[in-house]
Amino acid sequence: MNDGKMTEGIIYMDHAATAPAYPEVTAEITKWFSGWYGNASSTLYSVGRKSEEGVARARAQVAALLKTSDREIFFTSGGTESDNWAVHGAAIANRKKGNRIITSAVEHHAVLECVQYMGRQGFDVTVLPVDQYGMVDPAKVREALTDDTILVSIMHANNEVGTINPIVEIGAICAERGVLFHTDAVQTVGKIPIDLSAVHVDLLSGSSHKFGGPKGCGFLYARKGAKVDPYFHGGGQERGKRSGTMNVPGIVGTGLACEIAGSHMAQEAARLSAMRDELQKGILERIPDVKMNGHPEKRLAGHLNVCVEGVEGESMVMCLDMNRVCVSSGSACTTGSLEPSHVLLAMGIPVELSHGSLRFTLGSANTPEQIPYVLDRLTTIVGKLRAMSPTYRKR
Amino acid sequence: MYSEKVLDHFTNPRNVGEVENPDGVGEVGNPVCGDMMKITIKVDAKDLRITDVKFKTLGCGAAIATSSITTEMAAGKTLEEALAITRQAVAEGLDGLPPNKLHCSNLAADGLHKAILDYLSKRPEVKINVPEAVIKRSQESEEHDHDHNHGEE
Ligand SMILES: Cc1ncc(COP(=O)(O)O)c(C=O)c1O
Ligand code: FES
Repeated sequence: MNDGKMTEGIIYMDHAATAPAYPEVTAEITKWFSGWYGNASSTLYSVGRKSEEGVARARAQVAALLKTSDREIFFTSGGTESDNWAVHGAAIANRKKGNRIITSAVEHHAVLECVQYMGRQGFDVTVLPVDQYGMVDPAKVREALTDDTILVSIMHANNEVGTINPIVEIGAICAERGVLFHTDAVQTVGKIPIDLSAVHVDLLSGSSHKFGGPKGCGFLYARKGAKVDPYFHGGGQERGKRSGTMNVPGIVGTGLACEIAGSHMAQEAARLSAMRDELQKGILERIPDVKMNGHPEKRLAGHLNVCVEGVEGESMVMCLDMNRVCVSSGSACTTGSLEPSHVLLAMGIPVELSHGSLRFTLGSANTPEQIPYVLDRLTTIVGKLRAMSPTYRKR
Repeated sequence: MYSEKVLDHFTNPRNVGEVENPDGVGEVGNPVCGDMMKITIKVDAKDLRITDVKFKTLGCGAAIATSSITTEMAAGKTLEEALAITRQAVAEGLDGLPPNKLHCSNLAADGLHKAILDYLSKRPEVKINVPEAVIKRSQESEEHDHDHNHGEE
């Protein structure tokens, strides 16, 4: 069923953009299209009840991974919807309490653009700076919290550089002040442990295609009692919180992906960080004038982001592609546009240097033998592009 | 997203480097915008023909490919012919560019024209016809380095 053969010979190192679905997930999902095709809301008859059961099991699988109750998990169409729902829904529902939304400068556009939009609708917005590693300082959150703050949205780990934020501390500060705390955990679900019974988070976004599930599917965790309005209005599915006929195949795949990712999380993280460290070490040893971005330790296991002086990112991505290596420059979602990365700029990296950023994100498609090949190709490519560059060695 | 021609020029760029003792140098772009190009030319003083042309470019795939094809188009041309090379011609020579990359083709044509203007500035006795548009663009690029409009601002 799963056709891994289609990408045979390709070295895919862009798992933060999207990851291959687990073969088990692909096999499971396909049963729910024309086999068990019922509408999960049509529970008066057997075919619908079968789908309802599938959804219920998936909800329990997601909840188990995050150590929370399944009544707090709501399925969505992915990370972008979850982020928009959280920000929009929390802002609107708490408008009478206050008007301020706090976020950080390195959020994914799904949060940042939504918060800016709310700003244009009349909400006050505070965008917190980050340190040189892209990390938010909890003390800065505390300082920024005003009496009229209704929502704090700070991502768990950054998609470009992989830096992991101290959400335990930030959550505690928000709880103290009775302010809703949303975290975009799209890059961390299934990658690092998240224990919602121990950390204070009110809203958490997840996206299935980042951890072995299908694209176009995700969830929002909403703590019981957290005041959030629906974002999709309609037939009242998901207990009135998220209308729309449920994406049963996607939801079933999401649940199974959570279970599989959870079952080998620690081993997979160790495997990825060993390869990542090898790649990082090799790049820094073999290519001069390269800057490593992101936190040296508090970083996702598969993430490696570097800035290569005197070369532009897209040209490196294209050259690597010609060598059958897939990586990205900056965020995959912004590669089509020509803006320098807002994340790297917020970290204080000079614009010239930020144009030379390259992101490797390792995952299930990678094996240790690929590292020496990639290192070798990259070294040659950078040498070639630098020889062509009018700025390298000129400054 | 890129045509075969773009990929060809990107993979095997022609005329990379700098000519020795150039007769004209054109530098355009700005590393802050992410792209910069330097064109150096050698000119036969008698028949005012470009005998050698080389480029160095920092930039995206389109910037490198347009630099390469521009030098190919300019090699052997008279200065007047080379001044008539437009960015449209450069883009067409590459079988087109994606819409968000069209601005990249400005860089190469501007760089070439600037190198020619540089040559002419050192040889005031040479009288050739410089198109209005070329003069205007070179003045503009003096003002803000280059008119690299990255769109979405
Ligand atoms: C941190 C982060 N948030 C949100 C998203 C958007 O998720 P989706 O692609 O599921 O809409 C992404 C994916 O690019 C991401 O990396
Ligand atoms: S020159 Fe190509 S993106 Fe600017």
